[in-house]
Amino acid sequence: MRRPLLPLAITVALFVAMAIFGGVRYQGFLSLQVFLNLLIDNAFLCVVAVGMTFVILSGGIDLSVGAVIALTTMISAALLHAGWNAWAVMATVLAIGAAFGAVQGFLIQRFGLAPFIVTLAGMFLARGCCYLISTESIPISDATYTAIAQARIPVGFDASLTVGAVIALAVVLGGMRIAHATEFGRTVYAIGGGESAARLMGLPVAATRIRVYLLSGCMAALAGVVMTFYMLSGYSLHAVGLELDAIAAVVIGGTLLAGGVGYVAGTLFGVLILGIIQTLIAFDGTLSSWWTRIVVGVLLLLFCLLQRLFEARTRSKA
Amino acid sequence: MRRLAQHALFWPSATLALLLLVNAAFNPSFLAISWRDGHLYGNLIDILNRAAPLMIVSLGMTLVIAIRGLDISVGAVVAIAAAVAALLVGGGFSADGTAASEYPLWFALGAALLAATVCGLWNGVLVVKAGMQPIVATLILMVAGRGVAQLLTGGQIITVYYPPYYVLGSGFLLGVPVALWIAVLLWAVLQWLATRTALGLFIRAIGGNPDAARVAGVRAADIALCVYTFCGLAAGLAGLIISSNVKSADANSAGQLLELDAILAVTLGGTALTGGRFSLAGTVLGALIIQTLTATIYSLGVPPEVNLVVKAALVFAVMLLQSAEFRALLKRTLRPGAGAA
Repeated sequence: MRRPLLPLAITVALFVAMAIFGGVRYQGFLSLQVFLNLLIDNAFLCVVAVGMTFVILSGGIDLSVGAVIALTTMISAALLHAGWNAWAVMATVLAIGAAFGAVQGFLIQRFGLAPFIVTLAGMFLARGCCYLISTESIPISDATYTAIAQARIPVGFDASLTVGAVIALAVVLGGMRIAHATEFGRTVYAIGGGESAARLMGLPVAATRIRVYLLSGCMAALAGVVMTFYMLSGYSLHAVGLELDAIAAVVIGGTLLAGGVGYVAGTLFGVLILGIIQTLIAFDGTLSSWWTRIVVGVLLLLFCLLQRLFEARTRSKA
Repeated sequence: MRRLAQHALFWPSATLALLLLVNAAFNPSFLAISWRDGHLYGNLIDILNRAAPLMIVSLGMTLVIAIRGLDISVGAVVAIAAAVAALLVGGGFSADGTAASEYPLWFALGAALLAATVCGLWNGVLVVKAGMQPIVATLILMVAGRGVAQLLTGGQIITVYYPPYYVLGSGFLLGVPVALWIAVLLWAVLQWLATRTALGLFIRAIGGNPDAARVAGVRAADIALCVYTFCGLAAGLAGLIISSNVKSADANSAGQLLELDAILAVTLGGTALTGGRFSLAGTVLGALIIQTLTATIYSLGVPPEVNLVVKAALVFAVMLLQSAEFRALLKRTLRPGAGAA
């Protein structure tokens, strides 16, 4: 097995093990709808985590995504309230998200600032802008949005998906294609592997880095749209701390935080593992929700230690 | 004048002075300090008291950032320390109806500080021994820590009725808030350690170039471990003050976003985020700027939510001014032709 595939294999094996554990322990766990619900309930996390995967692959980090999601739901709700056309609203928020990401990317690239601190400030800014629009939750009653929210796409065996879940799957497939079959994707891996080497190879480092953050901002906005379908409201406190879940999903999915190594498909399984932890706790019924955080923390720890082990082994071979 | 402007503390001091002047212009009684109920009273005292926990956390953060590290778990550690203390003091009453503490107060406070120190040590071990990136290592505790705090409190907000517990957060000693005494004492000790012992030099050496420092015989790993442990302890101390001030422990919201405020305070104070250059006094000023900003926004009648946008603008401004590329660009724009001459 190729070495970078090993973490991905561990992630998939962990997911399967958790599913089997749930199936043995709880009645009705091993049904198709339970597993589709993992995707339905975490669709926005999945979308934003794919964007985050590219950022982390390039060796950066984006802490602003949770706040951008909240801002997207707020702007969507406010514009719909003002009587805008639903499709125009979606196009507008996606453009805003992309522009937000691009500006962050520009600051990071042009002025050599730390991605962590730039996106932290971006997080403050986006949450603050939410509050400027309204401190209250704004409900959405637009016909198009409610129709999309209620739409169910049957997949056979009495099971169905939501539009949000389908978008999430499309984003994962699109992300895999961009990462592994385009020039942009290769350049992202190259930057994460070693920036100066990438530059010496004549790769467009500056433009690619800005585009990585643009992509992440755009994915955050798309996740915001998906969340708007899911919640049918705009609220400044939507998606608090979601950036941490997204980073956790990427890491658990086997992407190295140092950059350069990882798979978009792994991120999908990272998201599914976060989802299945919540589902297991919900099925158990006696465990409280804060166990989710503790288990996610422990998993993060294990995967980070595993990564260090791989790095150490690679170095000793070299 | 030029030399004054080049002093490391010039910009933070000027910012703070400007903020205070703006307040004084809108509200002439803003700067007034009076003596009331046996202690100092006034807006300034209030700001100092409220800024104390942030100062304490930021002092710990300053040292961590100075050795090229970062600790984003301080908010979670605040929640853990508050939960431990409130749990051990308990919300109980004794037989005669007066509020009583379940365990002696010193024991509860000591246990809370110990828990916080263990958290800091844990971060240090992950960074130093396991070799993880600081942001990742502390992310783990940031995610799990709040879960642990909620586990301790059973997801409830624990209210404390035992009056001696309130002293830390809202008590006064010689007319000055107890929290401020603690913050100033901590700063004085650290300042002494950093200027009168070799520790300051070692920390600068590690932050400047970790490998060179190690080769030069600085015990970089041990010092880093101590710095992370101390940062945990400082967060725990702040957690006690915060929970004592609100007379309860809320695992969900105690210390929320505190890590960001602390990093902002450190940056505002002139400590370089790239490590090596740090200023403890600057950090204290930075924490005061943040608290004064909050007070200003309240007193100007602007919705408090604007605070976040203003803070974001501040972070952008400060980090751009710290960037060499930006300063070069600024110089070229302001003085075209200077490069040719």
